[in-house]
Amino acid sequence: MTQPRKAVALISGGLDSMLAARVIQNQGIHVEGLNFYTGFCVEGHTHAIRAKDQRAQKRNNALWAAKQLGIKLHIIDVVEPYKDVLLNPKHGYGANMNPCLDCKGLMVGQAMAWMQENEFDFIITGEVIGQRPMSQGREKMPVVSRESGAGELLLRPLCAQLLPPTLPEKNGWVDRDKLLAFNGRSRKPQIALAAEFGFDDYAQPAGGCCFLTDERYSAKLKDLWQGRGKRDYELDDIMLLKVGRHIRPRPHFKLIIGREEGENNFLEGYRRQFTHLRPISHEGPLVLVDGETTPEELHLAAQVTARFSQGRDASEVTIAIHERQGNSYQLSVTPLEANSIPADWYI
Amino acid sequence: MTTHEKLDVRGQLCPIPVIRTQNKVKTLASGDTLEIICTDPGALNDIPAWCEVHGHRLIDAKQAHNEIVITIEVVR
Repeated sequence: MTQPRKAVALISGGLDSMLAARVIQNQGIHVEGLNFYTGFCVEGHTHAIRAKDQRAQKRNNALWAAKQLGIKLHIIDVVEPYKDVLLNPKHGYGANMNPCLDCKGLMVGQAMAWMQENEFDFIITGEVIGQRPMSQGREKMPVVSRESGAGELLLRPLCAQLLPPTLPEKNGWVDRDKLLAFNGRSRKPQIALAAEFGFDDYAQPAGGCCFLTDERYSAKLKDLWQGRGKRDYELDDIMLLKVGRHIRPRPHFKLIIGREEGENNFLEGYRRQFTHLRPISHEGPLVLVDGETTPEELHLAAQVTARFSQGRDASEVTIAIHERQGNSYQLSVTPLEANSIPADWYI
Repeated sequence: MTTHEKLDVRGQLCPIPVIRTQNKVKTLASGDTLEIICTDPGALNDIPAWCEVHGHRLIDAKQAHNEIVITIEVVR
């Protein structure tokens, strides 16, 4: 008896990738999933930080999708290779800092390497022609196939009938007639197919599953690069962009201010890496200082910290300051008044 | 002979605890157990879900204060 063919599916956790995987499973193909962690994934992190978000459901949608499909899911850390995609996108950015087409190329390329290492036969994605303007236009489909190195081993089951036959189709591993011809932005065909497959609970991410599609997050990222005078980042940098209130009083430093207990707890983990401030005479936030400051600027940072403490209306608030170099001391300051914080300090 | 190993992923947010668990399990044999210590409440859902799709056995998952300890048995 011959072994069934094996396909590796890119599983985002959204409906389309689930449907694509099930379409191929229904042809007797063994499917396993890959999910990529870039550091910018909306999945995960932030919901674990803020207390109000901890009350929300905390499932990982890709794992949830894999459970529904009954397939293994391998989560791949692509934080390092993703840097080049974000910093030097060959095909540019979308509406914000989202380099979707290059990102897709990276992921399919990684899937190709995984496929070869694990002796799978081809790759599937949930892409639909015209579903997303930047990365899923008809003319973009061959770009991803070519630049990822997957070529004819990349099959898009949901729109395959609108594309030239791939190797799995030419070789008879899958029946092209049982693939689909979805096209455009309408979700109705997917919703109908989900009902046919019995999928009644699936993620519907608005605007995608990546922080880089978010306007405010993108602004913070650009500010980070501008403040440091170079376009680069570490994982900690991009994690911190998701947390707290970011205020830049001067071009060379900014303050990251915890908005509630969960964020303060998260920021605690970064105390050794940053000069940090915390009110001790009143309840208040933990504040990290990102950048180098003069004593006068640290005094200003203390006044801002006091502003966001319970002592905002007090005549004086005592702030404990712990410098990154190891010095610790206290300052008693008058909290800044609300109208003393210009709107353009807020990032 | 089986081994019992520990993985400390405190302060890491999902999916990193899952990725670290996945990578650690690759180095273990069937019957070995792994104790994962973490702080992200998301791990209480994600690590059991990851075990389920890979066929590993969840032995225990408990949360005390801000720390979560999840113990799994590797099944090949």
